[in-house]
Amino acid sequence: MDRNPSDPGRLQRAPESFVDRDGVRTVFAQARHGRRDFIRSAFAAAAAGAAAPLALGQSNPVPAAGGDPNILELPEHSKGLGQPVATDGYGKPSKFEANVQRRPSPGLTQTSQSSVSFAPLQSLFGIVTPAGLHFERHHQGWWDIDPSKHRLMLNGSDPSLLKRPMVFAMDELMRLPSVSRFHFIECGANTGMEWGNVAVPTVQYTHGMLSCSEFTGVPLRVLFDLAGVDYKRARYVLAEGADGSSMTRTIPMELVESGEVLVAYGQNGEMLRPENGYPLRLVVPGVQGVSWVKYLRRIEVGDKPYGTKDETIHYVDLLPSGLHRQYSSTQEVKSVVTTPSGGQVLLDKGFYNISGLAWSGRGRIRKVDVSVDGGRTWRAARLEGPVMAKCLTRFNIDWVWDGKPAIVQSRATDESGHVQPTYRQNRSVRGTRSIYHNNSIQSWLVQESGEVKNVQLS
Amino acid sequence: MSSCRSLVAAALFAAAGAALAQTAYPGIGRAATAPEVAAWDIDVRPDFKGLPKGKGSVSQGQDVWEAKCASCHGIFGESNSTFSPLVGGTTKDDVKTGRVARLTDPAYPGRTTLMKASTVSTLWDYINRAMPWTAPKSLSTDEVYAVTAFLLNLGGVLPDDFVLSDATMAQAQSLLPNRNGMTTDHAMWPGGKPRKPDVQGSACMKDCPVDAGHASLLPDHARNAHGNLAEQNRLVGAQHGADTTRPAGAAVAAAAQPQKPEPPAALALLNKNGCNACHTVDAKLVGPAFRDIAKKYNGQADAASYLGGKIRAGGSGVWGAIPMPAQALSEADARAIAQWLAEGAKK
Repeated sequence: MDRNPSDPGRLQRAPESFVDRDGVRTVFAQARHGRRDFIRSAFAAAAAGAAAPLALGQSNPVPAAGGDPNILELPEHSKGLGQPVATDGYGKPSKFEANVQRRPSPGLTQTSQSSVSFAPLQSLFGIVTPAGLHFERHHQGWWDIDPSKHRLMLNGSDPSLLKRPMVFAMDELMRLPSVSRFHFIECGANTGMEWGNVAVPTVQYTHGMLSCSEFTGVPLRVLFDLAGVDYKRARYVLAEGADGSSMTRTIPMELVESGEVLVAYGQNGEMLRPENGYPLRLVVPGVQGVSWVKYLRRIEVGDKPYGTKDETIHYVDLLPSGLHRQYSSTQEVKSVVTTPSGGQVLLDKGFYNISGLAWSGRGRIRKVDVSVDGGRTWRAARLEGPVMAKCLTRFNIDWVWDGKPAIVQSRATDESGHVQPTYRQNRSVRGTRSIYHNNSIQSWLVQESGEVKNVQLS
Repeated sequence: MSSCRSLVAAALFAAAGAALAQTAYPGIGRAATAPEVAAWDIDVRPDFKGLPKGKGSVSQGQDVWEAKCASCHGIFGESNSTFSPLVGGTTKDDVKTGRVARLTDPAYPGRTTLMKASTVSTLWDYINRAMPWTAPKSLSTDEVYAVTAFLLNLGGVLPDDFVLSDATMAQAQSLLPNRNGMTTDHAMWPGGKPRKPDVQGSACMKDCPVDAGHASLLPDHARNAHGNLAEQNRLVGAQHGADTTRPAGAAVAAAAQPQKPEPPAALALLNKNGCNACHTVDAKLVGPAFRDIAKKYNGQADAASYLGGKIRAGGSGVWGAIPMPAQALSEADARAIAQWLAEGAKK
């Protein structure tokens, strides 16, 4: 192996923070010229790698004599006294689950305060993300803020845009009538590393800036009504965080008027986690995560968009024409198979439940199709209910693996009729340098060895 | 239910005005005072609404820059060691046209802040609310004007003798290289005109055309670049994680044990006390690498007590001109970190 230890082997670098200029140049050059083999050769490689026989692992081996010792010899936990209640006042996952963690992608950012950790989608079931595994994106580090000192202010860019500016304490916000709703949150840069070519190995890193929770809070409209907002003139809303970055984003008033935008303090039955904005964050269903301002301290209503740092310098989508799309907010229809997925190994031939997640910022998922032959043939998957608007939807479909190379894909359609595009379709319009809003169909190559690899067809 | 109540609230508004509206949720919220609004309402809009009066020259900006900005962003705003470069990639022609020509060149690596920024208000607001990175909101209004002026001067946008002020911001805006480089004409902005999505997939179910042309895969040498994937998957399940410490196709290890890395306690303390904002273990960031500190004091008998004192007191000169401010961490934490440094700063 002549691997250079300083070269982590990625083909394209970080979405926002580039590493070194030479590295970036190399990466771009590689992306243009190399690393692209005929899909046939990918299949060939897959077949070649399978010289080893399939016997990869036996989770339920045929016993040699008499039977399985796990059955015949009673284990300790069947013969002894277990642990008492409240051994741990806040229970934790089994020690055998320690591999299931949110993780950063090595080399993606140079500081760990302005960085990302990705949710382990490959290990999650259903649609709810456990709060401790929720993806993180901080711009200037996270804080654990004393809720008794936290305040929310409402004001106007011009005093005439509301009857009176107001201040709320957490106690007061939590006295108001609350709603609880399930919604996904996805970073606009999710899958951004993959715009040019395959760059990361697993679904955790390709799609893990995605989480889904039940959020509890107060519709922002209720607070606007209390403050007497002039909805005719105040067509834009600025949300601002209390942390060092004081994140600010513009939200169109239509979304608030719909009643969907929440000032939220609850997440999956408990308070928000500090990494997710404790004690108060904005929930803007269907819109990219950066607009879900954490540590929410102030909301301003105005008559024009704000052109904030995270909608003018970051989170702008570069087009081939050299123009940037500004205020790109809606997360469009998207899906991904989470099992089997990159970096995993199928242990044997036979039955598998292909399972994944689908979502759209434009409403409900209407349909998910799954292909195991690289997109030539598609079958409709089962959608697990309830199918909720702007929420993750779990899909499943039966599959019997014959031990031959397969390319597994999923393709979602939302209730607006928008169908998830391929990489070729996306790149033909948006190019490869957008960073943001990559909703292309994901392909997983199952090799004869059983090992699953991230591949792109285009 | 809540929507009904807010509808009622809205109706009350319409009927009786603000006085009655408060009765919808009596006792909730109060009027913000003028000083409170002034303390928090710091945003500046592209039309300069919210911009405070003040001024700063390019040369004043250079002083602030070298003291408070250059350690991360480089003397010329070119550094990519901590963040993406701020300056570079724009030309005199761009200043004339308001479009950065290099953005059309797919071979040009990366994008600097000045290649993207379309509104000068954004630069001002960014610096004012979020910079310097480890001490946001610590610059005076005039310093923000000065630093913004210096940054634009580094990019060849403003001349050396320019004084940026609330009165000259519009002039700076008219010279911004990418001022005409944004579009909101797309379907992803719910505040814009209704648009159809620009890319639509195919609903084909059978004998569909496939992209059989090219494939992109991670090269073999990157197999383990994200760590051992066997340790990033559950121990049981339909699939197990691939052992990426071994070549592709090797048999799966029978029963991998859960791997919870147990890093030295000092690493957690570095996180807890924010040391990582300026230092990393292996590489120089704002301050020296911990490993370099360990090397320098290797074998020095009183290294632990000396370093424990330095961490709390701060200092400058040993590792260059950038001072390390005094740190408010507990003596116990400082001692533990110093001990870890004295023992070689192992991960």
